[in-house]
Amino acid sequence: MEAGALKNPVLRARRNRADRIGDPLLRGLSGLAAAIVVLVIVGIVYEVVDLSSPAISKFGVGFVTTNDWNPVTETFGAAPFLYGTVVTSAIALLFAAPLSIAISIYLTELAPPRLRRPVATLVDMLAAIPTVILGLWGILVLGPFMHDTIEPALRSVLGFLPIFSGDPSAFGYLTAALILTIMVTPIITSVTREVFETVPGDLKEGSYALGATRWEMIRQVVLPYSRAGIVGATILGLGRAIGEAIAVAQVIGGATGIDVSLFHTGGTLAAQIASQFQGAPGELFKSSLAYLGLILLVFAVLVNVVARVIVQRGSLKDVDVTPTEAEAL
Amino acid sequence: MDIRHPIESPTVTEQNPEPQADPRTGLGDPRPMVSVAGEPEAKPAKRSREVGNVALQGLSAYYGSNHAVRGVSLAFDSAKVTAIIGPSGCGKSTMVRCINRMHEEIASARSEGKVLLDGLDLYDPRIDIVAVRRSVGMVFQKPNPFPTMSVIDNVTAGLRLTGASRGELEDRGREALVGAGLWEEVKDRLKGPGVGLSGGQQQRLCIARALAVDPEVLLMDEPCSALDPVATLRIEELIAELKQRVTILIVTHNMQQAARVADTTVFMLDGELVEVGPTDKLFTNPDDDRTEQYVTGKFG
Amino acid sequence: MNAPEGHSLLLDRGNLKRRRRVSATVGGASTVAALLAVGVLVVVVGSVLLKGLGALSLHFLTTPTALFGESGGGISNAIVGSGIMVGLAALMAIPVGLLVAIYTTEFASPRTAHPIRFVLDVLNGVPTIITGIFVYGLLVAGKHQSGFAASVALAIVMLPIVARTAQEVLSLVPATLKEAAHALGIAPWRATVRVTLPTAAGGLLTGALLAVARVAGETAPLILLSSIFAPGVLTEPGEALASIPIFIFQASESPSPEAHTQAWAAALILIAFVLLLNIVARAFYARSRKRMGA
Repeated sequence: MEAGALKNPVLRARRNRADRIGDPLLRGLSGLAAAIVVLVIVGIVYEVVDLSSPAISKFGVGFVTTNDWNPVTETFGAAPFLYGTVVTSAIALLFAAPLSIAISIYLTELAPPRLRRPVATLVDMLAAIPTVILGLWGILVLGPFMHDTIEPALRSVLGFLPIFSGDPSAFGYLTAALILTIMVTPIITSVTREVFETVPGDLKEGSYALGATRWEMIRQVVLPYSRAGIVGATILGLGRAIGEAIAVAQVIGGATGIDVSLFHTGGTLAAQIASQFQGAPGELFKSSLAYLGLILLVFAVLVNVVARVIVQRGSLKDVDVTPTEAEAL
Repeated sequence: MDIRHPIESPTVTEQNPEPQADPRTGLGDPRPMVSVAGEPEAKPAKRSREVGNVALQGLSAYYGSNHAVRGVSLAFDSAKVTAIIGPSGCGKSTMVRCINRMHEEIASARSEGKVLLDGLDLYDPRIDIVAVRRSVGMVFQKPNPFPTMSVIDNVTAGLRLTGASRGELEDRGREALVGAGLWEEVKDRLKGPGVGLSGGQQQRLCIARALAVDPEVLLMDEPCSALDPVATLRIEELIAELKQRVTILIVTHNMQQAARVADTTVFMLDGELVEVGPTDKLFTNPDDDRTEQYVTGKFG
Repeated sequence: MNAPEGHSLLLDRGNLKRRRRVSATVGGASTVAALLAVGVLVVVVGSVLLKGLGALSLHFLTTPTALFGESGGGISNAIVGSGIMVGLAALMAIPVGLLVAIYTTEFASPRTAHPIRFVLDVLNGVPTIITGIFVYGLLVAGKHQSGFAASVALAIVMLPIVARTAQEVLSLVPATLKEAAHALGIAPWRATVRVTLPTAAGGLLTGALLAVARVAGETAPLILLSSIFAPGVLTEPGEALASIPIFIFQASESPSPEAHTQAWAAALILIAFVLLLNIVARAFYARSRKRMGA
């Protein structure tokens, strides 16, 4: 439009300086902002690799499987923290996934219409609680409860299983896993609920018309239709769980070994970094922590990407899978 | 399969004498009868006239305060096709949805009056809604096969709910597909996705699905409005065949369709039953002025 | 007509009872699950309320943290520090986030918009401790901790949230509005600034508030970037500043019961702030959607 219009003297007179520079300026500034975003991501990767390079050159890839964390002999390995991350996240998902599906079923099929928004909002509020407060609650309320009640009960009933052997402890894998469950459930619920809401009403009607009970309809129509979305949501929850540093650091006890008992203290990748980075004695120590961070970063990004791909590829309708807080609205 | 060949064609063999009607359900033996050529051609037995009788007594239906169906009383002939016509919003779909109790699935909906199936009030508190829907099936306006299921799984979806055995599922599924005139077209891709069929085929799949649970009545809510004329014609032919084994109620906004397929036609206006009668009479010499105006296109 | 007692519909089809029972059980379990989630929320918030209210006082809010070994003290330095760091972070993240959203909705071709959205999502998924490591390497290594470094990290955490929400809201603005502005001869940049942005203002505000609520409680980067600070109320971002999350974290790890009580009180302040912001943000979101007829 511009070139031809400018031939007209009236129109040309109207275009003052502000307009002439306004458009390219806005375009330039916003493009710059977009570039900043890309730069930040690149920067993060670069910086983490850079900080971990002394450890990488010293330990190589074997770091990942080394079960040792000894500042005295300066031998470090990621195995105990990988183990802790996997165990706590796996248990958290084990609890959170079915819970979230059940909550989503309640919210989309069972709740009386007037209760839907309020209950959904309350569940979302769970995600808004700062994790340091969840950790505080974990240390002072949940931990003692685990130590006094839950873990002894588990040990007396199921103590023959190695995971429930050992002394009950307020801090450890199990307590951390439960805190993670609380954190992750609202995330999985929010995405799952959204996916359930995209199930076309006429499919549900078709199922009811065949004489299905409510659960049969859900099993026949809603769940299969939402399969990809549920998996994606769970994986997103996984991403959140493995990346949580603070609450886990507060309740997992900070041990640096591997133990089969869930009551035992341990560590995760993120928690170890958070608790040890400050007073890190020596450059190799710090670099090894950064190496832990690199492993964590790789996992987190991978998990995030896989989640999106699964949802995108497998969904029958367009589902926006990133649970930013706004999605929860 | 040529669906145009009449149902009375000889398919009974020496092995299968005329089946006795089951006094409880009025059904004949639904086992597929094998024709001379050895191919399973399940032509289901004709129903006795004791089943599939639907009668409405003072049926009223509401959406909140909106009085959508006003005190309708009428009886539908068993083993016949009845069309329900009327302008948009006259309550025909709502009325029909009361018959299989789908109306009450909607939040603010409620109904009054009786819906009798073979003399039994479907709204009797002793009856479970789920059971009602096994006896009264429904086909919807837009074909709605379950997208995550194969063709055969779609057909047997209703059957699987009552825990039928594997063999029984296969047999009855095949029978239903034959009955819906779809067998020949899908027999080589039973495991393929249900949504991979054309629109007309999908609707026939939905019809097969509804037939598989062996209902007495089949409700069809504008089943052809989303289909092209060729597919529509096939379904209309299918309806003519099917009426022997299920009472068919078809809601349609297409008067020519009603004239083609229906034995009896009901005309509704503003939630009220205006006139009911043999299709020919309703269209050529209706009793009520309003009917006359509607069928001659003066409104609606 | 008499209801025929022998009718098949009335006969107890054995498996129907069982199916009904199963459906009811699943329904019950789902309701219990929802109750559980709400219950946990009530328990956690309730704990904070019950245990924190007692220690909350004007003195607590206006006195800086006690020195090691001394008792008493409060969180005035933490409140100020948090305010400064979150404020600086917002100042950096909100304009940049908004501009990115404008870029992807107004200027970028679909081929460029998609990767940018992808990168934003990846950024959203980066654990905040890693963001902390990044800024550590950038601004703290070889130098010293600072409130400014913490702000940068917090801004990076805020950025995807602001950008994502802004993108959503901007794309909801009806195209007809933009067309009308252009048809009037208004320069595109002016149309964006004077028409699109104000229309989307409610939603944009929501995104900003939610992002602030999110980072107000963010602790991980602060541990690396602003956790060792001088006593008293500090306001210089070039130095490490106190913050509420760090206060809670350190107090929670302390063995002293007084520290625990103070931790609960600080948690009460933080939770109240975060929940309040969330509620306000939702209200704005609902209003802005209504305005745009969504």
